[in-house]
Amino acid sequence: MRALLKVRNLSKVFKTGFLRRGTLITAVNNVTFELNKGEILSLIGESGSGKTTTAKLILKLLRPTSGEIYLEDVEIWSIPNKNYWRRVQAVFQDPYASFNPIYKVNRVLKNAFKLIGRNLSKSEVKGRIKEVLTYVGLKPDEVLDKRPFELSGGQLQRVLLARCLLIDPQIIIADEPTSMIDASTRVEVLNIFKKLSKEGKSIIFITHDISQAFYVSDTMLVMHKGAIVERGRPEDIVFSPKHPYTKGLISAVPKLHERFGFS
Amino acid sequence: MKKVVNVVNLRGGYETPLGFVRAVDGCSLEVYEREIVGIAGESGCGKSTFARLMIGYVKPPAYVINGTSIIGDINVYSLPWEERRRRLWGVKVSLIPQYSMNALNPTKKIRDIIVDVVRERKGKSISSREALAMAKARLEELGLSEEVLNMYPIELSGGMKQRTVIAISTLLNPLLLIADEPTSALDVSTQKLLLFLLYELVKRRGIVETLIFISHDIATLRQICDRLYIMYAGRIVEVGGIEEVLKNPLHPYTKGLIRAVISLQPEVRGITLRGIPGSPPDLINPPKGCRFAPRCPSAKDKCKEEPPLINVGGRRLVACWLYD
Amino acid sequence: MVLSRFIGILKLAFKYKKLLVGSAVLSFIVLFSLIGILVYHVNPRDILFQDLKPPCPSNPLGTDVFGRDVMAQVIHGTLNSLKVGVVAGLLAVLIGIGIGATAGYFGGVIDEALNLVTNTFLTLPTLALLIALAAYIRVRSEWIVALIIGVTSWPWTARAVRAQVYSLRTREFIYLAKMSGLSSLGIILLEVLPNMLSYIIMCFTLQMASAILAETGLSAIGLGPSDAITLGVILRWSIVWEAPRLGAWWWFVPPGIIITLIAVSVLLLNSGLDEIYNPRLRRRGLEKGS
Repeated sequence: MRALLKVRNLSKVFKTGFLRRGTLITAVNNVTFELNKGEILSLIGESGSGKTTTAKLILKLLRPTSGEIYLEDVEIWSIPNKNYWRRVQAVFQDPYASFNPIYKVNRVLKNAFKLIGRNLSKSEVKGRIKEVLTYVGLKPDEVLDKRPFELSGGQLQRVLLARCLLIDPQIIIADEPTSMIDASTRVEVLNIFKKLSKEGKSIIFITHDISQAFYVSDTMLVMHKGAIVERGRPEDIVFSPKHPYTKGLISAVPKLHERFGFS
Repeated sequence: MKKVVNVVNLRGGYETPLGFVRAVDGCSLEVYEREIVGIAGESGCGKSTFARLMIGYVKPPAYVINGTSIIGDINVYSLPWEERRRRLWGVKVSLIPQYSMNALNPTKKIRDIIVDVVRERKGKSISSREALAMAKARLEELGLSEEVLNMYPIELSGGMKQRTVIAISTLLNPLLLIADEPTSALDVSTQKLLLFLLYELVKRRGIVETLIFISHDIATLRQICDRLYIMYAGRIVEVGGIEEVLKNPLHPYTKGLIRAVISLQPEVRGITLRGIPGSPPDLINPPKGCRFAPRCPSAKDKCKEEPPLINVGGRRLVACWLYD
Repeated sequence: MVLSRFIGILKLAFKYKKLLVGSAVLSFIVLFSLIGILVYHVNPRDILFQDLKPPCPSNPLGTDVFGRDVMAQVIHGTLNSLKVGVVAGLLAVLIGIGIGATAGYFGGVIDEALNLVTNTFLTLPTLALLIALAAYIRVRSEWIVALIIGVTSWPWTARAVRAQVYSLRTREFIYLAKMSGLSSLGIILLEVLPNMLSYIIMCFTLQMASAILAETGLSAIGLGPSDAITLGVILRWSIVWEAPRLGAWWWFVPPGIIITLIAVSVLLLNSGLDEIYNPRLRRRGLEKGS
């Protein structure tokens, strides 16, 4: 099966300072991986591991220093932006920062229609919006007329997922989509991702929380200081980690029915 | 066992443009010596406000309505603000609020921050040399080298900053340390270290007499707490020893919380976990009766009346009519 | 619906004394000048052959050294000073937003280049420039003075706007706007600036206050409008024709008070707006049991 997204030797080096010698920070270091259709791939890493920078590179929000990214075998920087973003979309970590606080929540959904550029009648637009909101488990009158601060983090993230669904991309990059949501709502959002992947969408799930990645992914990639240190199936990574960093990561996860050996 | 912290029926909240939020609506709590007590709750349940009310750190737009809080031999609300500042805060009780590691003054070196804090509490009775010696000792106990004293906060990592904040907060060996989500902004490995340090501070080194640990993550609470209080919508809904509550949860909310935990077990791969549908009530106009009833799978007619905390034996309390 | 919201805002305004006092005083001054123009039909330049009369029923603020009615001067002067303030303020804010938002949003080379421009303007010796201009433009209307002030005082707003925009550009909603196909200009106009509306209003009020004071200063040294009456011009006349020495307080005290009141009320307004938008600045008294 041909891979949908191919990332090859991707690197991003930040230089601080302008017109003078500054320090070099290698945020992403020679990363290579592939994403297939309908696959959920997790990028696991702690802060500073380069996972968010990788996401921005794939989303064309940043230019790579070296390396290539191919979407269906075409290098992404030769694909016109609007076209690209119809096929690759994102959900970010902070639901409250993902909305412009002065506008109502339905604006992001209306703007999504502008991207897909289809001319739909008012009732068709309304219908489509209702459809996607129902898919993510929200009632239209519950959310549409509200401002972001009136809704919970979980509700806002679902609206953002609904926005993605309107655009109907092939790939959704989810950067820590649930870390600012309460645990009791989190699972439901993760379930939406699972549902989407069963319907053929590919998802890159970025997180620092191994448990969440363990629940949803088909493939796990562990990142440390910008490089991929281990990759494999979730069961392999969690139950037989090979890289010392991965081992350390797994052993530090607090478990519900076990205590760290402090006492 | 001696009761170090005794909070009874504390009630309070804060003013917002939309109305008064009753964030804490009649909450009681006790902590015994050398105990680590956890308060578990999700966003908006009032746990942070509860912490502030406990220590009397209430200034507009926050207000306390009634209730008592006794820490050691001090009745918090019998003291005026200045007395609280002088005798209570930083001395008998220390609160490490959420994101406190970002509260370190970025323009001062750690040594200056520490001296400021200590001199403010103890006045001229302690010289800066003594204060620094105490600080150095405490930092070492927390695994930080004395070089940290000469650094600026920006030069420290998240974990180091958090440990510095703990060092500063515990310099005067308080009776009670309240840590509000101390690990949420940290990486997993640093979290583990921090939990270990907090455990040591209370259980082994006796630097802090009691600890109240507030978190939304019950797996984290599991690691060091002896007893657990579950808070929902401004009320305490379940209390008990941590193992009991987690192995055998009684309140439907607690059950829901535990069901939503993703454990690293092979079975988890194949199943669909369920969260708790709906969202917490608005605390400006809370519903009458049991506040969890709208989301509760076992809600009955009786739930229109608010359930008190019912003792089901052995210091185990549940606020649910199912256990009447 | 709109009415109840408006009443809600009024109720809120009453809680914030600074805002209330500031806007009340400013509105009073504005109304004074507007109604004055309509009602008080005395030409400020008419010579009445009654020099230096103190305030009396026929001349509420007396007459000046040429016998012209001072009240008329003050009414026209207030209006013109406000005109200059508003126009210069608007100009400064618009230029400032244009440059600041562009620098803040795009960053990089554009930012550095625009910062260079901003800093150059900041260090421009405005006074020397104006003296040179005065030599070339013999006849300066109040609009030209407003233009000059506007075009030299924008750096303050530019800096403030740049900082705000720079901090907003990495917010997720900006990324999502980009990924929805919105152009950079569209993002700045529709997403960034509306988010900063309160900030922009405050910039405008500050620029306006400083413009009025700047015009007064310029007029006081004779570089203000050459054919319009502003409060600053009245002050200049009163200084040149030695009103203080002659004891004709009615000529220079009223304009001085009005200028001060305009500046103070605008600053109070600004401070009051800041209180609303920045809850931490609110004084205790505002929040008790409502």
